[in-house]
Amino acid sequence: MIRPTQVPMRERDPRARTNTFDEVPFGYTSDEAREEAARCLQCRDAPCMNGCPVNIHIPKFIREIREGDFEAAIATIKQTNNLPAVCGRVCPQEVQCQAPCTLGRRFEPVAIGRLERFAADWESQHGVRVPEVAPPTGFRIAVVGSGPAGLTCAADLQREGHAVTVFEALHEPGGVLMYGIPEFRLPKRIVQGEIANLRKMGVAIEVNAVIGRTFTVDDLFTEGYEAVFIGTGAGLPQFLGIPGENFVGIYSANEFLTRVNLMRAYLFPDYDTPVKVGTTVAVVGGGNVAMDAARTALRLGAKRVMILYRRTEAEMPARVEEVHHAKEEGVELHVLVNPVRFRGEGGRVVEVECLRMELGEPDGSGRRRPVPVPGSNFVLPVATVIVAIGNQPHPLVPRTTPGLRVAGGGTIWTDEEGATSREGVFAGGDIATGAATVISAMGAGKRSAAAIHRSLTRSRGRA
Amino acid sequence: MVNMIRAKQPLGPNVVELVVEAPRIAARARAGQFVVVRLHERGERIPLTLADWDPGRGTITLVVQMVGKSTRELGERFGIGDTIRDVVGPLGSPSAIRRYGTVVCVGGGVGIAPIYPIARALREEGNEVIAVVGARTKDLLLWLDRIAAVSSELHIATDDGTQGVKGVVTIPLQEVLTARKVAHVWAIGPAIMMKFCARTCQEFGVPVTVSLNAIMLDGTGMCGACRVEVGGETRFSCVDGPEFPGDLVNWDLLLSRLGTFTDEERYALERYVAAQGGRL
Ligand SMILES: Cc1cc2nc3c(=O)[nH]c(=O)nc-3n(C[C@H](O)[C@H](O)[C@H](O)COP(=O)(O)OP(=O)(O)OC[C@H]3O[C@@H](n4cnc5c(N)ncnc54)[C@H](O)[C@@H]3O)c2cc1C
Ligand SMILES: Cc1cc2nc3c(=O)[nH]c(=O)nc-3n(C[C@H](O)[C@H](O)[C@H](O)COP(=O)(O)OP(=O)(O)OC[C@H]3O[C@@H](n4cnc5c(N)ncnc54)[C@H](O)[C@@H]3O)c2cc1C
Ligand code: SF4
Ligand code: SF4
Ligand code: FES
Repeated sequence: MIRPTQVPMRERDPRARTNTFDEVPFGYTSDEAREEAARCLQCRDAPCMNGCPVNIHIPKFIREIREGDFEAAIATIKQTNNLPAVCGRVCPQEVQCQAPCTLGRRFEPVAIGRLERFAADWESQHGVRVPEVAPPTGFRIAVVGSGPAGLTCAADLQREGHAVTVFEALHEPGGVLMYGIPEFRLPKRIVQGEIANLRKMGVAIEVNAVIGRTFTVDDLFTEGYEAVFIGTGAGLPQFLGIPGENFVGIYSANEFLTRVNLMRAYLFPDYDTPVKVGTTVAVVGGGNVAMDAARTALRLGAKRVMILYRRTEAEMPARVEEVHHAKEEGVELHVLVNPVRFRGEGGRVVEVECLRMELGEPDGSGRRRPVPVPGSNFVLPVATVIVAIGNQPHPLVPRTTPGLRVAGGGTIWTDEEGATSREGVFAGGDIATGAATVISAMGAGKRSAAAIHRSLTRSRGRA
Repeated sequence: MVNMIRAKQPLGPNVVELVVEAPRIAARARAGQFVVVRLHERGERIPLTLADWDPGRGTITLVVQMVGKSTRELGERFGIGDTIRDVVGPLGSPSAIRRYGTVVCVGGGVGIAPIYPIARALREEGNEVIAVVGARTKDLLLWLDRIAAVSSELHIATDDGTQGVKGVVTIPLQEVLTARKVAHVWAIGPAIMMKFCARTCQEFGVPVTVSLNAIMLDGTGMCGACRVEVGGETRFSCVDGPEFPGDLVNWDLLLSRLGTFTDEERYALERYVAAQGGRL
């Protein structure tokens, strides 16, 4: 008899966890992992694999967990995914690998993400094996940006024996994994551990290097790099463009989360960067970023945190688990609501005026388009507002790299392999697709690494 | 060693000049740009203007006014041979240096230092540079020799009249604008000074560029902490600026946003001072 439901993952109590930035889910024990693994039907056609952007051999690693051979399981995963501890925690599994799972047609799908996380955490407790690196090829490659796209591309190229240097604008590598996703969802030590492994493989990481300012892409070629991968992400915050948006107390989610995560403002004054959160907080948006901001605000002492979202909960782009956690912790969801103006006193925001919305015809994305209900204006008192309505591609590299073709929405144009309009320049991740997911950025980094490797070895006839 | 302090000297009460090893930044620096520094593992990221640089020696010069926790810590606890954890730059869009004709560069207080490289670049481009500098009192004036070396006239004003004319910088600025045909004015200093310089220039119909000191976090355009309103539009001062046309700036907004963290800043400073043994 197959267990119809997933083995539950133990979590920190919702009341206790809003006082701490410690991680919420505890992860499976070996017994729990083996019990969950036993639910997998080992489908020959493995439809789950099609749902994973990096094609992890899912039935194989799950069988290995079931058999108790955790070392083999992590090795299987790492053949195609070098950041399993991250993906197991943050992938939107319900729309990726777990969506096509055969078991899911009748019961709950196999908890693939939780099993992946288990295998990765098991490895980190039992000594991580640094991947073997091929003998040096003599090629030098520059990777711009150290988010999941850049880190994955760097790892794959270094493994082939190339000498990779990663250039990162901020003072710590990791991209959104460091500055965006909060500690309670993705502990920073996990990201730092993965980066340490990369360094052990020989990847050089230069922080405080803003490409487009400190150097340009052309300078990198002049310095002797033979190929450049751009993984600069979607770091440009979008604002609502409504009156009063610059009042004190209104943050972009990027600012709010960067203060807290990268700069550790939750430890102020032991750390120097401040962050200010009032008793009543409104977060505008319905994605992962909005959930992260809302749950962070609670942990910083807000008494009431409201999510304002213009569609309904069913359309929220956030991972189901994040919405669930947010609600459990007491975040209020106000759906079919859209802010139209802010009011301030003495320069500080005190009120947000909203319009009620209703769902109309489906739009280009297939989701029903929200339309305002005339005359439905109402006001909410607020002390802090966090705008989390999306990020656009970071414009600095496109602006400072002549000949780099820019496509719609400010993304860098690439072909399927990540090649840009400039010879030797590749791009991938959010900078090429617009804001997407960790695993799709990693997939792009992988494809470009393979393409760069092919073109370099071909160019010197060493293939 | 990169980011090591090579020279340090006081320039007056609560102002220090630091020469820092930063060859990559020195090689690319242009007038009007700045760096972001983080003193140590627990430090915040603070913006400081590139007051000078030497690509040959691989150094940059920062002039720091000690106003709060981080700037006091930098001025008081960091000496020659110490290393600043992070220095990143050059950031911001460079000043629009070209041939204007006769230009005026106004520097107020510690703003005299960042106006210097702009004046120098304008002079090298063949402009006639008239300098106007001011401070509350004589002791707060700095770099007069350097400013004099790159200008054809140097006008000085102090609030208390201890040097130059008694009063604010807009007095000599007004005199220059009355007497001469001026093509462009640059003004750097406290927000309130820039605001009044902009007003004066507007009266004379002369375009004016100011350098906005908004609160910053990353300094690379990814957070929006530094947003200002210019001509009714929201701009990010770290990438779109820091220089903007002075007559179009919403000064009230800039000033109110500078007060975002007043309570936290005061608390951090008191705590720092207490830890230093209460020396204020
Ligand atoms: C708060 C938040 C929560 C999220 N939650 C999830 C989630 O749960 N699951 C999920 O799958 N996805 C999530 N995402 C999306 C996911 O994080 C991104 O899709 C992914 O990080 C993109 O990776 P990337 O490598 O393309 O870019 P990024 O992670 O954005 O990294 C880009 C890096 O490049 C650096 N850089 C930028 N410009 C320059 C330059 N000029 N020179 C040098 N370096 C530069 C940046 O500083 C940054 O470190 C979330 C995003 C945010 C913001
Ligand atoms: C582009 C740019 C260039 C700058 N260049 C220089 C420079 O060359 N030399 C220099 O001394 N300072 C410069 N500043 C200002 C400097 O960054 C701030 O003084 C510093 O961040 C204050 O940090 P703190 O912890 O010492 O003080 P805080 O505790 O942060 O603040 C102490 C006091 O200073 C005020 N303050 C805070 N931030 C600023 C600011 N950005 N501008 C003005 N006042 C502020 C606060 O309101 C408070 O009254 C520049 C700022 C910008 C944006
Ligand atoms: S990487 Fe993400 S999508 Fe792929 S199997 Fe793991 S959790 Fe699923
Ligand atoms: S589809 Fe589901 S049940 Fe089938 S192999 Fe994949 S995880 Fe196992
Ligand atoms: S300081 Fe973050 S965008 Fe300017």
